[in-house]
Amino acid sequence: MSAISNSATPEPLLEVRDLVKHFPITKGLLNRTVGKVHAVDGVTFRIGRGETLGLVGESGSGKSTVARLVLRLLDPTSGQIHFAGTELTRQRPAELKRLRRKLQIIFQDPFSACDPRMTIAQVVTEPLEAHRISTGKAARRTAAELLERVGLAASDLDKYPHQFSGGQAQRIGIARALTTEPELLVCDEAVSALDVSVQAQVLNLLRELQGELGLAYLFIAHDLNVVRYISDRICVMYLGQFVEHGPADELLAEPQHPYTRSLAAAIASADPHRPPRWDRIMARGEAPSPSAPPSGCRFHPRCPAAFEPCTNKFPVESTMGERTVSCHLHDAAEVLSHD
Amino acid sequence: MWPNAEHEQTVPLLRVADLRVEFDTARGTVEAVNDIGFEVSAEQTVAIVGESGSGKSVTALAVLQLLDGGRIANGQIVWDGQDLSAVDKSRMRGIRGEDIAMIFQDPMTSLDPLYSIGDQIVEAIRLHRKISKTEARDRAVELLGQVGIPDARTRLRAYPHELSGGQRQRVMIAIALACAPRLLIADEPTTALDVTIEAQVLELIRDLQRQYQMALVLVTHDMGVVAEMADWVVVCYAGQVVEQGPAGKLLTDPQHPYTEALLTAIPTPETDKSQPLGAIGGAVPALHEMPPGCRFQPRCRHAWQDCTQPPPVVRLDGGRSSRCWLRAPAPTESRRAEPEQELA
Repeated sequence: MSAISNSATPEPLLEVRDLVKHFPITKGLLNRTVGKVHAVDGVTFRIGRGETLGLVGESGSGKSTVARLVLRLLDPTSGQIHFAGTELTRQRPAELKRLRRKLQIIFQDPFSACDPRMTIAQVVTEPLEAHRISTGKAARRTAAELLERVGLAASDLDKYPHQFSGGQAQRIGIARALTTEPELLVCDEAVSALDVSVQAQVLNLLRELQGELGLAYLFIAHDLNVVRYISDRICVMYLGQFVEHGPADELLAEPQHPYTRSLAAAIASADPHRPPRWDRIMARGEAPSPSAPPSGCRFHPRCPAAFEPCTNKFPVESTMGERTVSCHLHDAAEVLSHD
Repeated sequence: MWPNAEHEQTVPLLRVADLRVEFDTARGTVEAVNDIGFEVSAEQTVAIVGESGSGKSVTALAVLQLLDGGRIANGQIVWDGQDLSAVDKSRMRGIRGEDIAMIFQDPMTSLDPLYSIGDQIVEAIRLHRKISKTEARDRAVELLGQVGIPDARTRLRAYPHELSGGQRQRVMIAIALACAPRLLIADEPTTALDVTIEAQVLELIRDLQRQYQMALVLVTHDMGVVAEMADWVVVCYAGQVVEQGPAGKLLTDPQHPYTEALLTAIPTPETDKSQPLGAIGGAVPALHEMPPGCRFQPRCRHAWQDCTQPPPVVRLDGGRSSRCWLRAPAPTESRRAEPEQELA
């Protein structure tokens, strides 16, 4: 796939090129490799400083794998990840650890990785100690300041995770991520489990912090209304690949790829006068397994607009201003020259 | 009791009135449901909306007398003229599945991983109907076809782990429909599903509801799902019904500050991205720390001094009602005044 050419700033904070991650499927006593899961299959994107890139797609599309690859929590099969001018995939562990300060992640359940017997002080100061930024009283002071910044109280430091509601827990997760002064925060379904009233509070907090600290976000979520609200640009992922990319409002208002059109049609609305979604969605059936992706365009078995080239030819990416789309409907003229 | 005009002509299929449900915990007795009441007529879709801790799921379980460790401390649940609290256990087992069926958010916790889906559907049918295994299998094939599982006869041999999340929910719907119930209670049936699949499953439920002439009680937090599915909406907060009314009116002209705030907190395709979202400050109060008076008052932007007293349930036009001092008749001048800032 060709590079996504646009970006908010001339020098992007993060630049990912042709990223691939295949997981082997093993069988039997000898762990023979019998196949592979194409979790991420050649994605390219950039995030500028202070920018938010939304990543949407259904379960199994590879969104979370992209997040883990960017943080080098997983090793890519191939491809490059440039962060602040450094190639992450070639770094030694010590150098990688230094760079990781600038890259943080928040998850759907912020305490899933924490010992329930740790106090909030321990939870929040752990990254400070791991990165040898500060210890003891200094670390506690930083933690107290950050808790207050995210809308909690310094007195919460001596409480335990179970004493907090979902929204408060996510605030603690954000405070913990901010301890190392990151430049990029990956939000992997970070607001998805929250009640709507609380979800709005956390989204507002993320926007405030972005304005104050110049943070860039890679924002992964399945709720398109939420992604549109927070993102400058959106990438739509289907079975390990990007099918469409562009400015958030334009992309959802005028989706070009039939899959994006289905997703946009699936956006829930509390307006009782709007026709129900099932009258608008065109995608048929369910996504196939990423261990056996369809030939040609991966969306073709579900696509209402599929025609002959879709079943056997890979669609090339066409660019229209700030937008790109990978669909034979848009590159019918170019197919012959590219394939 | 919360009567509404639409229902007054006919006897409702299900009537829940003044329901209070208590659980004993290490911290003493807590009320998961304090005062919830609504009616469901034949073939009607009633959505029970609320955030976590609103009591919506407990209410659904109370209807089926499936409260594990909880008890109905007050109120009535009347199914087709009979009070379910007075019904014996074997009769209740008959009502469950045959008259009222239920599906849950995560079908994997309701399906047994060790049995094929065919065995599980056949079991559900034969529990209530004296028919042979062969007849039950034929009915299972028919049901799987109706819920949109292709190649149904072969799929009977599949185990739950071999199916996708959407297909598992379809199997749960097939089991729920096994005895053609008159009421289906669906507790967050599509919350765990991807958006395009969610729409397919909702459409399926809607189609089957018409085909089987079922009433539907839909427990959800999602106003989008409510807008598509519901005839009547019951909004719950902290164990109480705060507002109820016909879906079209309630969603466009909410009569309780909580409903109004919920609707503005949800980003929509039209939300102005340059402005913060209309968040509701604070969080739903814990069951053992309920504020006095109106339970929403600490988070309400319209709250004023009267709100420390329990608000009345005010009956409004069109069978609607609102548990709010703002809607109480003959408000004083100060009651009309809206404070400038949020009390959070």
